Amino acid sequence: MSVTSPSNTPVAVQSAHCRYLLRLGDTSLVLGQRLAEWVGHSPALEEDLGLANLSLDLIGQARLLLSYAGELEGQGRDEDALAFLRDAPAFLNLTLAEQPNGDFGRTIVRQCLLDAWQLEVYAGLVDSTDTRLAGIAAKAIKETRYHLRFSSGWVVRLGDGTQESHRRVQDALNEMWRFTTELFAADEVDEALAAAGVAPPLAELQPRWSARIDEVLQEATLVRPAAVPYQWHGKRGVHTEHLGHMLAEMQHLQRTYPGAQW
Amino acid sequence: MVSGQTSADRPQGCESALGVGRAQFPVGDREGLPAGDRERQVWNVLGSVPDPEIPVLSVVDLGIVRHVRWSVGADRRSVLHVGITPTYSGCPATEVIRHAIETMLAEEGYADAVVEDVLSPPWTSDWLTEEGRRKLESFGIAPPLQAVSSPRHLFRAPVVACPRCASRATERVSEFGSTPCKAHYRCTSCLEPFDYFKCL
Repeated sequence: MSVTSPSNTPVAVQSAHCRYLLRLGDTSLVLGQRLAEWVGHSPALEEDLGLANLSLDLIGQARLLLSYAGELEGQGRDEDALAFLRDAPAFLNLTLAEQPNGDFGRTIVRQCLLDAWQLEVYAGLVDSTDTRLAGIAAKAIKETRYHLRFSSGWVVRLGDGTQESHRRVQDALNEMWRFTTELFAADEVDEALAAAGVAPPLAELQPRWSARIDEVLQEATLVRPAAVPYQWHGKRGVHTEHLGHMLAEMQHLQRTYPGAQW
Repeated sequence: MVSGQTSADRPQGCESALGVGRAQFPVGDREGLPAGDRERQVWNVLGSVPDPEIPVLSVVDLGIVRHVRWSVGADRRSVLHVGITPTYSGCPATEVIRHAIETMLAEEGYADAVVEDVLSPPWTSDWLTEEGRRKLESFGIAPPLQAVSSPRHLFRAPVVACPRCASRATERVSEFGSTPCKAHYRCTSCLEPFDYFKCL
C-alpha cells in the first residue's frame, strides 16, 4: 500500500456517526454484491430476477448511506471511492452479510435473517434526530418489506418442502446462526448514536427481530438453533476470510484501471 | 429567493397542467411570462418526458417530479430547479430520467436548469396520477392497488385483476419482475402473463 493511497483512513478520524453509516452502508453493499453473484445462476428465471432486484435495492441504499458517510468523513471520498478503494479491514459490514452464497437455500436463510434485521433498524431510524438518515430509512424500509416477504416466503417453502430442501435450509440456519449475535451486540458506536437519538437502541430491536424470525421458522417447520456468544466483529473491521475474496472481484476493475468510466 | 410550489402543495403530481396544450407556450423569452404560466409551461414540458422503461407514462404521470421552482442566481438571472425522486433506491432508470429531463428542458430553452434529487418524503405508488393509472392499464400493466404494502401481508399476495380480460383469477408468478417497480403475474382465465405495478 503506497502512502498516497486514500484507501484506509485511520479509524480515529472517523466519527461514531460516520462509522455507524459505514456499518449500515457496507452491510447493504456487501449483501447486494453477494446477491448479484447469483445473476445468471439462479434455479429459475423468476428467482434470478428476484435476487437481482433485491441486489439493486441494496446497492441503491448503500449508495445513499455511503455518500453520506463520505461527507461526514470529510476526506473527499464519495460512495464509489468508499466502495471500490477500501481494503477489507476498512469495511464495517456485519459478518453475516459477507458469508458465501452456498446453495439457494443458504442464500435465502442469510437474506431472511438480514432482511428482518434491516426492517427493525430502518423502522427505528425513521424517527432519527438525523433527518437525512431518517429520509433514507423511510425510503429503504418500503423496499425491505418486499425483501422480507420474498425471503421469508422461500424459507417457508424450502423448510416445509421436501426432506432434502428442509435438511439444506436447517443446515444453513445452524451454520449461520452464530453470526446473528453480532446483529444486536451494541458497542461504543451504537451506544453513542442511541444516546444522541440518531439510532434505535439495538437491545430494543432484538426481541422484535427474534419474534419475527420465530414466526417464519415455525411456519417453515425449522428449529431455531441455540444462542452463541458474540465472537464475530465484522462491524469493527475484523472479517472472515470470505470478504477479501469478494472484494477482489468487486474492486478489480477500479483497482486495475483507476478512474475507469463507461 | 425561491418561488413556486413545493411537493406538499402538489401531492398529485400535475394532473391539472396535463390538460393544457404545450402549443400555448411557444419557445421564446420566458422571463416576460407571469410566474404561474412559466411554471405551468415547465410542467407541460416535463409531461412530455417518458419513463424509459414504461414509455406510455411521463415522469409527471409517475409522480416522481416533486417540485418546479426558481431561484435567483449569482448574476441575478432566475434559475429553474426541478426536483425528482427515485421510485426505488437502486432504480437505474433514475439517471436516464435525469438526462432526459435535462435534454428536454434545454431544447425548450432552459439550458441551465438544475435537476436535483429529493429523497423525502419517499416516493409512493399512490403518487401515480389517475391518468397514469389509465395509461398503465391500457398498456397491459395492472396499476397498483391502493393499499400500500405492509408486513401484515407477509404470506399473502394481493388479488390483482388481469389488465387484458379483467378477470380476478390471477396468480403471482414472482414478486419481482422486469423492473424494480413491477411484479410478474399470470391470468388463469385468459392465460396471458402480465406485469403488475407494485404498491410501494
